[in-house]
Parts: sequence; structure tokens; C-alpha cells
Amino acid sequence: MIDAVGNPQSVLVMGGTSEIGLAVVEAFASDRPLRVVLAARKSDRLGAAQARLEKLGCAVETIEFDATAPETHSEVVRAAFAGGDIDVALVAFGLLGDNEVAWTDVDAAVELAQVNYTAAVSVGVALGKRMTEQGHGAIVAFSSVAGERARRSNFVYGSTKAGMDAFYSGLTEALRPAGVHVTVVRPGFVHTRMTEGLSPAPLSTTPEAVAAITVDAVRHRRELVWAPGPLRFVMSALRHVPRPLFRRLPV
Amino acid sequence: MPNTSLRGWGRTAPTRANVVPVRSAADVTAALAAAGPRGVIARGLGRSYGDPAQNAGGTVLDMTGLDRIHSVDADSGRVVVDAGVSLDALMRAALPFGLWLPVLPGTRQVTVGGAIGADIHGKAHHVVGSFGNHVESLDLVTADGRAHTLTPSDDLFWATVGGMGLTGVVVRAVLVLHHVETAYFKVDTEQIDNLDELMARQSVDDEKYAETVSWFDAVSTGAQFGRGLLMRANHATLDELPPKLRARPLRFDAPQLLTVPDVFPPGLLNRLTGKLFSEVWYRKSPTKLGAIQNITQFLHPLDIVGEWNRGYGPRGFLQYQFVVPLERGDVVRGVLDRMHAAGQVSALNVLKRFGEGNRAPLSFPRPGWTLCVDIPVNDGLGPLCDELDELVLDAGGRHYLAKESRTTPEAIRRGYPRLDEWRKVRDAADPTGVFTSDMSRRLELTS
Repeated sequence: MIDAVGNPQSVLVMGGTSEIGLAVVEAFASDRPLRVVLAARKSDRLGAAQARLEKLGCAVETIEFDATAPETHSEVVRAAFAGGDIDVALVAFGLLGDNEVAWTDVDAAVELAQVNYTAAVSVGVALGKRMTEQGHGAIVAFSSVAGERARRSNFVYGSTKAGMDAFYSGLTEALRPAGVHVTVVRPGFVHTRMTEGLSPAPLSTTPEAVAAITVDAVRHRRELVWAPGPLRFVMSALRHVPRPLFRRLPV
Repeated sequence: MPNTSLRGWGRTAPTRANVVPVRSAADVTAALAAAGPRGVIARGLGRSYGDPAQNAGGTVLDMTGLDRIHSVDADSGRVVVDAGVSLDALMRAALPFGLWLPVLPGTRQVTVGGAIGADIHGKAHHVVGSFGNHVESLDLVTADGRAHTLTPSDDLFWATVGGMGLTGVVVRAVLVLHHVETAYFKVDTEQIDNLDELMARQSVDDEKYAETVSWFDAVSTGAQFGRGLLMRANHATLDELPPKLRARPLRFDAPQLLTVPDVFPPGLLNRLTGKLFSEVWYRKSPTKLGAIQNITQFLHPLDIVGEWNRGYGPRGFLQYQFVVPLERGDVVRGVLDRMHAAGQVSALNVLKRFGEGNRAPLSFPRPGWTLCVDIPVNDGLGPLCDELDELVLDAGGRHYLAKESRTTPEAIRRGYPRLDEWRKVRDAADPTGVFTSDMSRRLELTS
């Protein structure tokens, strides 16, 4: 259960090796150890993530999760809830991919779409069903500013996040009557494994900073947050820039 | 789909449940038979601060429709009531017979079933004990749908007293009330300069008063820290009433003046307003001995204002109430010092000395100091309360489940060493775990 001061007792991370996801768990666990379920493909990184959280006193369970196999997702989510209620579920998996490959290679494009959009949808449906049954809970979906207005440099990724963002924004409304809170987090450029080697965009941030914003959003039951916060205003302006001008901007 | 959002008096941590109105024991049996995998809990008037009367995804029985007062026996003081009867309604019915409910908490908007489930206490605890001490028998519908009449010779009776509704559903009780001549109190109020003096003063002459409590100011600092009012009273006799009250000595004199609208922003209760409130509250009652007061003035000043919990805004608030052994009165000071250092404001601080506890394994009162503070929910409150828990538990203290909303299962295990004894009785009465609540999940009360 989430208690009166907003501490959850259990957190599920879909994409259990996600740096942002793990940073969120750590931020919650800094107040109090949690029961954590990490859903990801088996890998050394998953083992390392488990060890990292156990060091903080968390009880960690791992389950097998393959984002490219949506037909398995209901079962994965069912398994995640088998050990008791899940108070907070993080939808934290995603691929960035190489944009120039992605818009010219069918397989690369489809993989991005499947992982970032299709899997996010199937996981969201399954989580929504489980949380409605348990009568409480919070879902956090990590979207991206890239979904807000697609840029030439990463529009395939951006298009998948746009779809994912729209789905979870709708899910926020759909699950509200069930007492389930859905928060969409839109980070900007975050320094992670995913963005290694890329030159950081303005207002770039860290997984820890995104985590702090996310924890605060869950505690206040916010529905949409940006990381960092000022991106809200930057993107709100960029959204309305005419296309000929937008094309010339160094964004 | 579970269709009603429920939360406690502290207005925190809402969850959804299927609320089923109950008007008879048969309704309870039917609801138990229809219950799904998320189980059942009974709910009265929702005055518990946290989540004991919530059951996310499951069934919550609304007991307030089970509200008949079956009989009042003026001679013996025995009353037979349904579990959904409020203490307020019971008092209004019993007072004309010269009968007084010996245990009254800070509000009368509590059902008899809830009072048993939380084994509530009042300002008279040092003399009369807690609510369970005045129950002659109770009818409990257990998980199998059958009703049992339990008396204090049954273990299940004592597991139900203070058992937070997790043994079954209380549907009816026989209570024994006290005889009084009037509905008024003869009150001695002493204005005292600081906390040490207040505690010293409160430690003497306790036996001379039926009711004792002190309120103090934890906002003012320095020499004024803990300045407060020690209020002690006995029931006024007919001779002691002023002439104009003597005509109707048993009149239930309990006004409610206003209801707080639901429009407060967060942060309304802050250091400044807390200080103003503290100043006013302290000044309003200079030392005065032998004043005649009605029940609202003495026992329930907050009942003058309905829905006062709204004053804390949308994030809600919590009450932190604990008891520590009498020789560890220093913890009271320690807790207040920590709160003060962390910048948390509590405008309403209530201090009381408990007398002997009863047999119930989960009953809160035990001989000791009990402090209750109100704190609005804000950032940093969680870690602070975790620190306070350590102070309390290390001193051999514990938390009051009716007010609890954020501690750990471990803290409850430490504070209630007889938890396993209670579980054994509970599990025998409910082997498949039908009775469950958000609190029982959160604190792992049931296995």
C-alpha cells in the first residue's frame, strides 16, 4: 500500500535494467526499503541491478520480460503481481536506435515501433487491468520530449514516443475512476547508456534528477511532469514554431 | 469494478472498494458469502485517521445503517445496541436515564463497532480503562457467516477488542454505562508555563479527577516551549450546577457552530497560523477552578467545528500518537524537539497519562504517557516520523492503530509483542483470511 506520506511498499520496473527506472527505485528506497520486481531479459546487467538494490535493503525479485513478444505480456504482469500488490509500476523500457537506419530499414523501424509503442501499450493494458482489480496503485510511463514534436534527427524514435505518450495520457483518464493514478514523465536529454556518445541537448539531465521529479510526482499524484521542469515551457514554445523556421533551429 | 473511493479522517491514501450497506446480521452473512478474493472489512463513521476501514479492490461493509438502540436499562446501566450506533446517538438516548458513556474519545462521531475494534480511550482512562472494559458481551459474525455471542471469558472477545475489525464483524453489543446526576463537568483548568512543569503537575492528584488531559503549545520556543493548559474534571453533581442549569441537568448540551468548507489550500496550517492558534488557545483559558462546563466545552471542543479536518487542505494530515512507559516521559520532550528541529508544526498537542491496560493483545493503552500531535502532510514528514518511531520503540512504546497511517510492519511487531498471540486467535476464527484491510496489508497484521 502507498501510505499517508506517499511511501510505496512495492515497485515493479518493466525494463528492469533501465537506469532511470533503477534511479526511481533508489529514490523511493532512500526513505524506506521496498519490495521490488525487476522485469527484464536475463542478463549480467539485470543481476547487477538486483545486487545494487539489495544493498539498499530492498527485497528484489526478477522475472523474464521480452518487450518484443507482446503476446507474453499479460502473463509477465500477472507473474509480477503474484507476490502481492504492486503499489507503483514503472514503464521504463525503450530503444533509441539509429534514426538513419531506422527510417531506411524496415526491420529496424519495426523493432523500434514494437518495443517503444506496441509493447508499451500491451504492458499498459495489462497493468491497468491488474491495478483496477486491486483498487489502488500508480503507473509511471517514461515518455520523452522527442514525442512532443518530432525532429528530423530522431523522428522514428520520436514518433514511437508520441504514440506511447498519447496512449498513457489517455490511460490516465481511463483509470482515474478506478482509483489508479497514471503519471506521464517527459524527460529531455538524459545522460544514460542510451544516449552515450551523443552530444547533449540543452537542459540535459541525469537519471537521478529525473527520479527525484518522478518520486515527487507520484507522491503528489501528478498526471504529467517534465524533467527538468522548464522543458514544459521550451517545448510549449517549440510546438508552435512554423515548420520552415523549426527546420532551421539548432534543436 | 470497485466503485467507491475511501479514505480516513486524515484524508490521505485513498483506495477504491465495493461498498455494501448493511442493515442486519443477515446482510453481513450475505456479503461475506458474496465476497471476492480481496476480502471484507467493516467501516463505521470513518474517523480512524489512516486506512483500517479501507479495503482496496475488495468489499467494505457500511455499518452505519445498522443503528438501532434496542434497550436502555436505567437501573443496571446496561444498554443493548447495534454496532452502527454512534456514541453521539447513544449518549443522547442514555442521558435522560442518568447514564453516561464512561469512555469517550475526542469525538462522539464513532460507532460502537469502531469503538470496540480500536478499543478507544478517553480522558478518563486512568480511572475507567478503555472501551473494551465496558463491553459485557458482543455479537460477532465470523468469516463462515455465523454469529457468535462472545463475553470477556472468550479469547476471541479480546482479539476483537482492539482487533481493527480483522476477527469478524461486530453487529451488536451489550455495554454497561455509568450513573451520573448531570451532563456537566466541574472543571479545574490550570495555565502552566512550560512542558516540564506541565508534566510534573499532571503527575500528581490524578486520582482526584475522573477526567484529565493537557493541551500544550509546541510552536512557541524557549522558556515558553510547552506552555499549556492542564484540564481536569469530575462529573458535576446536581448541587454544583448553577440554578439556570439545574432545571434540566441531563440536557445534552453539545452545540456545533459551523462546518468548515472544503476549500483550503495546502500549507494553510503553517508556523504562523499554528502560532496564532496556539496563542489564542492558551489565552482563552486562564487558571480557573471549579468551572461548570458542558460536554463540548470540556471533552469535545473540536466538535464545535464540523469537518475540521478540511483545514489541512488536499494533502491531508496525520496524527502521531504513541504511548511510552511513565518513567520515559523524556521521550515526549524528545519527540517534540525533533519535530521542532525539522520545522514541523503541530498546533494541537494532547498529553495524557494512561492507567492500567486490559487483556486485549492489540489494545493500545498501557500505563504511561501518551502524546498526540497533528501534522499536515508535507515533504520530509516520512523520514521524520521514521525517526520518531525509533525514539518511541526504543523506549518500549508503541503506536495507536486507530491513528496510524505510515509506520512499518516491524514497528508494530516491536510495539505489540503479543501480536502473534492475537494472530493465532484471529487465524482460528478466519482461517482463509476473509477479513483484510489496507491497514492489515500495509502493516502485515494478518498472514
